[in-house]
Amino acid sequence: MNSFGYKKAASIEDTLEIKYQNKTSSFIAGGTNLLDLWKYNLQNPSELIDLNGLEDLKRISRQQNGTIRLGALATNAYTAYHPEIENYYPILSRAILSGASAQIRNSATNGGNLLQKTRCYYFYDMASPCNKRNPGSGCPAIEGKNRMHAILGHSKQCIAVFPSDMCIALAALEAKVEVFSTTGTRIINFDDFHRLPGDQPELDNTLKSDELITAIILPQRGFSTNYSYLKLRDRNSYAFALVSVATCLELENKKIKEINIALGGVSHKPWRNKQAEASLIGELPTKENFEKIASLLLKEAKGFEYNKFKIELAKRAIVRNCLMALDPSSQRPGAQPSL
Amino acid sequence: MIKSRQIGASVNRLEGQLKVTGKATYAGEYNEKELVHGYIINSTIPKGKMIAIDETAARKVDGVIEIFTYKNRPRLPWFDIMYADMDAPPGSPFKPLLDNNIKYNGQPIALVVADSFETARFAASLVNIVYEETTSSTNLKENLAHAKNPKKGLATLIKPLPPKPKGDFEKAFIESEVTSSQEFYHSAEHHNPIELFATTTIYEGDGKLTVYDKTQGTSNCQIYIANVFGLRYSNVQVISPFVGGGFGSGLRPQYQLFLCVMASLELKMNVRVSMDRKQMFTFGHRPQTLQTVNFGADATGKLTALSHKAIAETSRFEDYTEVVVNWGNMLYPVKNTLLDYQLVPLDLYTPLDMRAPGGSTGLHAIETAMDELAYKLKIDPLEFRLINYAERDDSSDKPFSSKELKECYLQGAKKFGWDERNPAVRDTRRGNRLVGQGMSSGIWDVIALPAKASAKLTKKGNLIIKSAVTDIGTGTYTIMSQIAADELGVDVNDIIFRYGDSKMPLSPIQGGSYTTGVVGSAIKAACIALKKKLFKKAKLIPQSPFISIRLKEVIFENKRIVLKKNPSVFTNFDEILHNYRKPIKVSKSNIPNVLTLKKYTRAAHSAAFVEVEVDEQLGTINVTRAVTAVAAGTIINPKTARSQILGGMTWGISKALREESLLDTNLGKFINANLGEYHIPVHADIHELDVIFVEEKDEIINELGSKGIGEIGLASMAPAIANAIFHATGKRINNFPIHFDELL
Repeated sequence: MNSFGYKKAASIEDTLEIKYQNKTSSFIAGGTNLLDLWKYNLQNPSELIDLNGLEDLKRISRQQNGTIRLGALATNAYTAYHPEIENYYPILSRAILSGASAQIRNSATNGGNLLQKTRCYYFYDMASPCNKRNPGSGCPAIEGKNRMHAILGHSKQCIAVFPSDMCIALAALEAKVEVFSTTGTRIINFDDFHRLPGDQPELDNTLKSDELITAIILPQRGFSTNYSYLKLRDRNSYAFALVSVATCLELENKKIKEINIALGGVSHKPWRNKQAEASLIGELPTKENFEKIASLLLKEAKGFEYNKFKIELAKRAIVRNCLMALDPSSQRPGAQPSL
Repeated sequence: MIKSRQIGASVNRLEGQLKVTGKATYAGEYNEKELVHGYIINSTIPKGKMIAIDETAARKVDGVIEIFTYKNRPRLPWFDIMYADMDAPPGSPFKPLLDNNIKYNGQPIALVVADSFETARFAASLVNIVYEETTSSTNLKENLAHAKNPKKGLATLIKPLPPKPKGDFEKAFIESEVTSSQEFYHSAEHHNPIELFATTTIYEGDGKLTVYDKTQGTSNCQIYIANVFGLRYSNVQVISPFVGGGFGSGLRPQYQLFLCVMASLELKMNVRVSMDRKQMFTFGHRPQTLQTVNFGADATGKLTALSHKAIAETSRFEDYTEVVVNWGNMLYPVKNTLLDYQLVPLDLYTPLDMRAPGGSTGLHAIETAMDELAYKLKIDPLEFRLINYAERDDSSDKPFSSKELKECYLQGAKKFGWDERNPAVRDTRRGNRLVGQGMSSGIWDVIALPAKASAKLTKKGNLIIKSAVTDIGTGTYTIMSQIAADELGVDVNDIIFRYGDSKMPLSPIQGGSYTTGVVGSAIKAACIALKKKLFKKAKLIPQSPFISIRLKEVIFENKRIVLKKNPSVFTNFDEILHNYRKPIKVSKSNIPNVLTLKKYTRAAHSAAFVEVEVDEQLGTINVTRAVTAVAAGTIINPKTARSQILGGMTWGISKALREESLLDTNLGKFINANLGEYHIPVHADIHELDVIFVEEKDEIINELGSKGIGEIGLASMAPAIANAIFHATGKRINNFPIHFDELL
């Protein structure tokens, strides 16, 4: 760890001003990812701008238009256990609580969750080539140990996956991201926030360098009747998803009125396919129909030596999760994925 | 009142409170004055040469004191023998900073010393090393053509190579009624104790050093340092009272000890060197191993043919071996055997004993083959093992010194409810989950080694026991105190046990499940000698009631010597000490009686019974409950012993389902080098675990009749899980760890 300066931000404007003055500075909120990256020498900020004094950004509140505003600095734990979230957006609680550990969730913030880096081993190993860390150096994961890597939307430059659980639920809920800069406030659709690696795997998202995430906006509808989050991983807690699925379902006259399915652990961003979802509207919520959408979602999938299994696993997980969404009792804390 | 015996009592860990309140000081926590800090630089290529080292930027960092590389290291001995520690396998031990050659990825190549750890680490990131890389081989499966027989040496005395073939395996196998032929692959694993390897060296001047080290053997490190750096043994004191887990990783001095001591001697300063978690993946590990078994049985269920072959990795410089294939014929009588164990040298560091080394690998293959034969013969897996029960060790044709495995089977099965098991495969369901129940036998040998201990009764009446032995978290401190208290008839709180210090009487490295038997016996011997001396001194008291009494006519209890047939006749220890006016002390070496021991096969046994649930569509596996029954002779402290077995069972779950060091053979390195991606079980993975200790008396193995329990809880657990998964799903996944997606 290098020597570094430290400033505590007094206001959002102040924050952006300091950042503007020092391009090699870095924001710190929960620090649960930044400190890892720093210790591994992946990031060496010359100055930390501590956001933790910005009390306004720690709140969770219902807006007049019925949407929910999750402050960017509200912790994951505060969010997951907040009554508004537990009662009206339970899929978000489930997703958050399936991630990390109690200690990390107590420190990690919502804004930070959106910005967390991939957990690709090669990205964290300074001695390995990595196009995301060092563009043009190569991607050893493609021919290497790629059990945790992407099967959808990867490129010849990068097959890393975005590791968040929370964001998979946010994608299914169709949340929006509010960002602030000196030019004002910008609202980004969740689907447009994270990006695929393409030829620029060093870019994880579309946030600009002079912008700060201030809030996540949850739409009015929280799918609190028919929802499910399923996470499959190499141990029962404290492991990133090999495959995760968030399903938000709305039924009308026993038929599907709306279905949003987001996949985690399979791509550089939360994976959705709105065309596939549209094909189920007006259909019955049957296993066969869920198998149909699962096939559509994985149609373009391409696996590598150690992660080919994810294609079949993701299909089965989608079917299971959609069936679980029909039965909210499957969502009790600690429950095994079951029917 | 006669005091209850201390041996067999569930005494709480004497150091427990210190540990849970953060007051126990570990090797990297001694905050001596004027302490400077070293950070190790590791190679980033697996093989080749360093052709340039640029330290310019690093040396400019404020606070950097020195950078050591092969170029400016002190003169060091060339002879291998000077580097050979107590656990060195045959070959040429690794010598840090020897020259510019790179032998494996992660090899320590420089030490940056600075006024803080953070400064040293930052400066280390600025050292630029240019390599000339040559082709490396780290892939076991692709290098099987290079398999060779291991070299013999001291290590192979304790860990014997396979016995010669017996009978005619080929013929017997072909003529068998049923056969099982299976192949197995086990990934490498790293020990990963929570405490990182660290050394704090205090430079005392005049060639003297005090070294706080994370180790499983203070004497081992003392001898290593003295030999390598040309110091007098008596000038090197290695201290290690608390060890935050070892699992074998501390059996050999690790490279941070060398670098820390070297820097301290060169700089004449107090130096600390701590590894980080990533560096914990840059030395010994459990080797990748391939196994093939071919077992045959006749129609009555008797084994007729047993072949077990293993090929494991080793380094280019040492032949690390473990006992993988010898166990099958020790567990089950069979006339025709063919056993083979070979090594493939690769460009990796030398493997290192890791909890139940070899046994946990080999038993998986053996117990899977036994399971398969039982199903093919339509015999209950437990019944099949009873049919093949060995009353005598068939592999060496010797009797067992004691063996209560049958009781393990019966008591374990009863507690588990094995009788109620549905024998059909893929036939028991809970919701959408398949349920399976499997079992396995376990075995681990009892090793006898010499050790020394001393005992002293102070004028104040305290009993001081001394041994250089460490306590790697297993409860050694507590049980050694119990053994001494029991022998002397005093309370455990009256014992002062001085341990974890090379100045204390010599102890072997703490491993192989032998510490309780080996060091415990030395302590017992010292206490017996102390009793004799105490009794002699008691006779010197004017009008002593014991003048014409012999030692066997008295007992020691409540700090008194008491006449057995008339307890009203006694002498207090205080009286004896007051009369003698000096402390009473003895020192005793306990040398095992090899001639007697040689006549017997000495082993601890276990039986594990496991239930798993497997999600039929998703493949996810949960070990829902397990019972392990253990026969290991005298259990000194049932509470710490139970914890040992629970730890072993948890490790079994880890070995079967979780743990693996991912080796990228293109880069020649272990790539998941952190505890986020190196998956050991978490609470959510562990459900109901039950432990039974079966009563077992053994008068051969050692004075205590205690066999040790460090490995035996792990030995039987992992194969029982694999067998339960077969029962649930009808699939045999023979690669450990079992990834749930293989069940899709």
